[in-house]
Amino acid sequence: MADVREAAAAPLDLLDERLRRGEGLKAALAGIWGRVRSGDLGALPIVLGLVVIWTVFQSLNSVFLSSANLVNLLMESASVGIIALGVVCVLLVGQIDLSVGSVSGLSAALTAVTFVKHGWPMPLAMAAALAAGAAIGFVYAQMVTRLGVPSFVATLAGLLSFLGIQLWLLGDTGAINIPFDSGLVHFAQLAFLPEWLSYVLVVVAAGWLFATGYGLARTRRAAGLSARSTTLLVARSVTVLLGLGFAVWYLNRARGVGWLFVSFVVLVLILNYALTRTGWGRSVFAVGGNAEAARRAGINVRRVYTSVFVLCSTFAALGGMIAAARLAAANQSTGAGDVNLNAIAAAVIGGTSLFGGRGSAFAALLGILVIQSISNGLTLLDLDSSFRFIITGLVLALAVMLDSVARRSRVAHGRAA
Amino acid sequence: MTAPAAAASQAPTRPILSLRGVSKNFGAVAALTEVDLDVAAGEVVAIVGDNGAGKSTLVKVLSGVHRADTGTVTFADREVTVASPADAHALGIATVFQDLALCENLNVIQNLFLGREVRRGRLDEVTMEIRSWELLRQLSAKIPTVRVPVASLSGGQRQTVAIARSLLGDPKVIILDEPTAALGVAQTAEVLNLIERLRDRGLGVIMISHNMEDVRAVADRVAVLRLGRNNGVFDADAPTEEIVAAMIGASDNAVSRRANQRRQSRQRRQRKEEE
Ligand SMILES: Nc1ncnc2c1ncn2[C@@H]1O[C@H](COP(=O)(O)OP(=O)(O)OP(=O)(O)O)[C@@H](O)[C@H]1O
Ligand SMILES: [Mg+2]
Repeated sequence: MADVREAAAAPLDLLDERLRRGEGLKAALAGIWGRVRSGDLGALPIVLGLVVIWTVFQSLNSVFLSSANLVNLLMESASVGIIALGVVCVLLVGQIDLSVGSVSGLSAALTAVTFVKHGWPMPLAMAAALAAGAAIGFVYAQMVTRLGVPSFVATLAGLLSFLGIQLWLLGDTGAINIPFDSGLVHFAQLAFLPEWLSYVLVVVAAGWLFATGYGLARTRRAAGLSARSTTLLVARSVTVLLGLGFAVWYLNRARGVGWLFVSFVVLVLILNYALTRTGWGRSVFAVGGNAEAARRAGINVRRVYTSVFVLCSTFAALGGMIAAARLAAANQSTGAGDVNLNAIAAAVIGGTSLFGGRGSAFAALLGILVIQSISNGLTLLDLDSSFRFIITGLVLALAVMLDSVARRSRVAHGRAA
Repeated sequence: MTAPAAAASQAPTRPILSLRGVSKNFGAVAALTEVDLDVAAGEVVAIVGDNGAGKSTLVKVLSGVHRADTGTVTFADREVTVASPADAHALGIATVFQDLALCENLNVIQNLFLGREVRRGRLDEVTMEIRSWELLRQLSAKIPTVRVPVASLSGGQRQTVAIARSLLGDPKVIILDEPTAALGVAQTAEVLNLIERLRDRGLGVIMISHNMEDVRAVADRVAVLRLGRNNGVFDADAPTEEIVAAMIGASDNAVSRRANQRRQSRQRRQRKEEE
């Protein structure tokens, strides 16, 4: 009799007797620990990595963790972070775009030329550069889906060609200054949230996290499914509230939180929503996991590839503009050098699998924080770019090795590769 | 051709799906040559044949994965072209593929609803989860949780997921390519029951199987393919030897020889015991 009542009370999705049941904080923590042990590491390695990097640099130079430097670090991370968002999308479908750097450089040059030399209004100049980025992505997608060119080769060709066009656009001088009083430069360099607004945003974020979590839990319970306990949801929101609150308070001791960085985070949240809550996002993961199965499920695989390449190049174009605005100039080295690899490395370090089908928008955010921390720390130590290249390269190798090892562990534990 | 056409019977009513003269070549390999097939609503047609006979190729032509080189497909009295899987879904042809065609990185719910997610603005995960449990329960699926990636399911559990997926979206014809190959005893029985229920609901079912017992248990007619060609259509109660002969091509074949040997050795053993 007792079992019957227990079975009736158990949620619909926890009826199988092989399932270990448990609710509340303790069970949640145990679940996380089990996932980590089976190689489903999530964001854990990268958070640990950040802690290590920050500790090392702080012990070498006490300026590193100062408010002023962290404000700077966040502002600097936005442009490559935005480019990395696009790279995440392309990696999710198991493709790659090696030309994001030169597309961003081209977009910077295009914005500067049309705005400064031809006197277009800023929004028009930006829209034109974004459209050019989208067009480039569209061409890549056609080459990959219709002609069967590997994306590796198509975008490698693009890398060179667009670098050439960038240099040609910039002309003999090789650089175009963007006036300081233009809206874009102001936004990228000088626009910070008022202190009160930054705290309001933190409260809104924590409240929103709780509200959505609670709403979902209520719907699930009403439908007879298991749901997160309210304690857990409260604990999560309070953690976020305190964590973000502290970060914002610390940043506010210097210039505060830049609108640029907030915009980057908003883009991350939007992309995360699109990838996890829309049919498009579902099909992106499906194509990355098994393109043939996705096709047989009636998904238009070609359209998914096209959307992803277009998105990637458009994000690259946006990132390029931001980079130019940070410098108040578009020059020959905008988007050159390590931008390309940093964007790809950020996506991978953040936990996007190179094999397709695994990753998230937050990978770009976490990954770029790691890369920018290294770059910033080494600059503070007065080490030149040679060291920066070496160390970023090593971190990338470490991240990819971790990805491979975790993947093997997941396979051994029967989780998705 | 020694096709035993005598046993062939006509479909009971007008066919909902019918193929005429379908051919498909892969380079030099003629996988299908001039194949005809009829399936009526409320009928289970089994397709049997040796390995490589072209059964799966026929399935893929019907589900829009491959395009036929020649031939016509008629669906509900209309000649149609099934150029893509989306076309097949739109017509109401659902398929369980032999290789299952699941996305290993997605969980059970995501796989079940792939390509036809329930939306209310954004994806409605809760509704999809409940529907998933209903579907899986209907198949007596032994899947502990639907929120794990398909990669962590056993072969039979995956097959159940693939079958469950074909039931979504109100199909008119269901094609099952070796649906019971990896299933346990209870699940096989459940799938056979399901096939009968689908028939009773008026769906046309095409089932491919190497297991003659399963075929006899549910099929109304058995169509034999041999080396990519039709080789007779049998009533379900035709003798197994006859069907096997049509599959393999001669009455003196490996299967009948083996059956004879076993019979003889059993008789020898019995004689010894009697002595
Ligand atoms: N994509 C392909 N490319 C080339 N040849 C193929 C392809 N698919 C099938 N074939 C060939 O077509 C023939 C029929 O294959 P098919 O898969 O239809 O056999 P089957 O009857 O399903 O066999 P089984 O019982 O082993 O599943 C085989 O000779 C096979 O080699
Ligand atoms: Mg087959």
